[in-house]
Amino acid sequence: MSSATKIGVSAPKIRFREPQIEMAHGAGGKASRRLVEGLFAPLFFGASAEPLSDAAQLKINGARLAVTTDSFVVKPLVFPGGSIGELAINGTVNDLAVSGAKPQAIVVTFILEAGLRTDVLQAEIEAMAKAAQEAGVRIAGGDTKVVEHGKADSMYITTTGLGAPLPGVEINPQSVCPGDKILLSGPIGDHGITILLARGELDMEGDLRSDTRCVFPMVNAVVEAAGPGIRWMRDPTRGGVATSLNELARDCGLGVVLFEDSVPIHDAVRGACELLGLDPLHIANEGQFLAVVAPELADAALKALKQTPGGDEARIIGEIREQPVGSVLVTTLYGGSRIIDMLVGDPLPRIC
Amino acid sequence: MKYVDEFRDPELINRAAEQIRRLADPNRHYRLMEVCGGHTHAIYRFGLKDILPENIELIHGPGCPVCVLPMGRIDDALAVAQDPDVIFAAFGDMMRVPGTHGSPLEHKARGMDVRIVYSPTDAIKLAKMNPAKHVMFFAIGFETTAPSTALTLKRAKAEGIHNFSVFCNHVTIIPAIRAILDSPDMRLDGFIGPGHVSTVIGCRPYEWIAKNEHKPIVVCGFEPLDLLQSIVMLLKQLQNDEAKVENQYKRVVPWEGNRAALKAMAETFQLRPYFEWRGLGFISQSALRIRDEYAEWDSEQRFHVPGIRVTDPKAAQCGEVLKGVLKPSQCKLFGKECTPENPVGALMVSSEGSCAAYFNYEHRKANLVASIGVSV
Repeated sequence: MSSATKIGVSAPKIRFREPQIEMAHGAGGKASRRLVEGLFAPLFFGASAEPLSDAAQLKINGARLAVTTDSFVVKPLVFPGGSIGELAINGTVNDLAVSGAKPQAIVVTFILEAGLRTDVLQAEIEAMAKAAQEAGVRIAGGDTKVVEHGKADSMYITTTGLGAPLPGVEINPQSVCPGDKILLSGPIGDHGITILLARGELDMEGDLRSDTRCVFPMVNAVVEAAGPGIRWMRDPTRGGVATSLNELARDCGLGVVLFEDSVPIHDAVRGACELLGLDPLHIANEGQFLAVVAPELADAALKALKQTPGGDEARIIGEIREQPVGSVLVTTLYGGSRIIDMLVGDPLPRIC
Repeated sequence: MKYVDEFRDPELINRAAEQIRRLADPNRHYRLMEVCGGHTHAIYRFGLKDILPENIELIHGPGCPVCVLPMGRIDDALAVAQDPDVIFAAFGDMMRVPGTHGSPLEHKARGMDVRIVYSPTDAIKLAKMNPAKHVMFFAIGFETTAPSTALTLKRAKAEGIHNFSVFCNHVTIIPAIRAILDSPDMRLDGFIGPGHVSTVIGCRPYEWIAKNEHKPIVVCGFEPLDLLQSIVMLLKQLQNDEAKVENQYKRVVPWEGNRAALKAMAETFQLRPYFEWRGLGFISQSALRIRDEYAEWDSEQRFHVPGIRVTDPKAAQCGEVLKGVLKPSQCKLFGKECTPENPVGALMVSSEGSCAAYFNYEHRKANLVASIGVSV
């Protein structure tokens, strides 16, 4: 082999060195990122890996297309405010929406455990059909596999969504500038805490519902009001707002400053987090999104968001600054501050 | 939120901070120890160091139950749980604590039946739901959590639940404070006293600290205003050269403690002659074992426990950090071999461990300030 052919053909560099897969690798925090960036990305994309986003942007015969895929393994299957089927549609639709695309179609795969009751399955199919109709997406195809009893937990759903990029929106963390404002669509932590309570392992009850919903109408309102000013969007699911903003800080190479007292949180979520020693900024959401908007358009974006049904609790929760590079700094009203990192592992309640 | 928002009110907090600045003698350096890990966590979480004058140094104490547990105890319990008929149940913050062959979570990934519970009564529920299995609850904590374990033991006995036992690691706070005060390299001016522990034991057990050691101690709550008020109270005592036990956390802590809780503990536990603490070594009469009347529910009496002893990694200086002699960042492994994701010592695992709190909230901030040369 001549030395000339070697140039530019670098072998994929596998950086993932952990001997086995742990639950933390699927929790959406630091360990997940290590797995994806250290094992999947080098082997799938080689050295040309771009910042990871919620959906891939493809160009096929001149037509632009956004593609995303997601799996749902939530337990319990049904919880206050939603269920696995409804989550499977909205989760996928939301990934497309925050990529600046209008959701168009979804294909779906079911992995079912032998012994699953038909009425349970039917209820989830109905929930999916309803959610798809409400979000304006077509379910275009699917596949079903059944595994032995005990080899899966009732049912898993995998969805792949296709969307049409909205004209005039360019989502790119590299375009984020100091001074940009960070918008949040509504209160955080409802989904994660609802699931924790619905598992029934805690002797706690709360008047809480998952926030799961389709965020496209709200995203669309922001796009119409501030399209060219939108730099970045993300739905802060597993790992919560803190993890999404840390990813943003790393990808844009700037500092993210969060005003803790501006972050809307329902009292029930705050209370549960206080009791369990969890940080609401690390708790999962299913019906919220974050947007970084140019300062001159931020107020217009916020106003549009607030006028959209479900967006009345939206707020500006922070801004981009030159420092601290690659990190998220949380400031309190009385002048204290702390760095908040991505979630490490699963959120585990502490004891005292 | 009632009892939370009032104690995070920015105006009151700024007023308390101003009072501290007025009271602190600029020619004096104050070393105050917060005994409890919950306080350490709160100090970092609320960024309180940013608003305290530089000559008030907060030293992190030994009050993080996960941190002071020697690795051998985890190994012992995991050895018992190798039995496929045993379910290992523990609180969430035990789950990532490393044993010699990995943490409980890593054992779970390899197939061990490991469950997170939120209270010991959840472990009883688990035992009832799994009658063919034995549920071993890994009990840990100071006097804060010991009463709930005590009540659980009583309930197991009363209801005749035979597939349940407790692997008891409960420790007591007073001997640990005594060990710290006996340590020759330790110079402290006063104590921010434990809040939750004191709801059970009350304030009286601290009186010897004031009388014999002539150190002020203020039992303190966990909100930012609680901590600042307690520092004000300590500074006032120091200014007047007083040493008293004071109770800042009156809304929760009765001076005499909780008699019902102490009674339940006395009925189910007795003091161990000695117990090993990570970093502090063996301390006499510093831990609880289960009374013989409850032997059937005592994992250590019911199963063969190997009695593993593990010396801490030589390079790790957990002991010095635990005693407050070293700051977390002064340990040789801090932030290098030992991080929250790959903890070598337990102080890096629990969110109340001073190393994890320091790493998460302070270390990276300090690095940023150093690297960019300005305050953020």
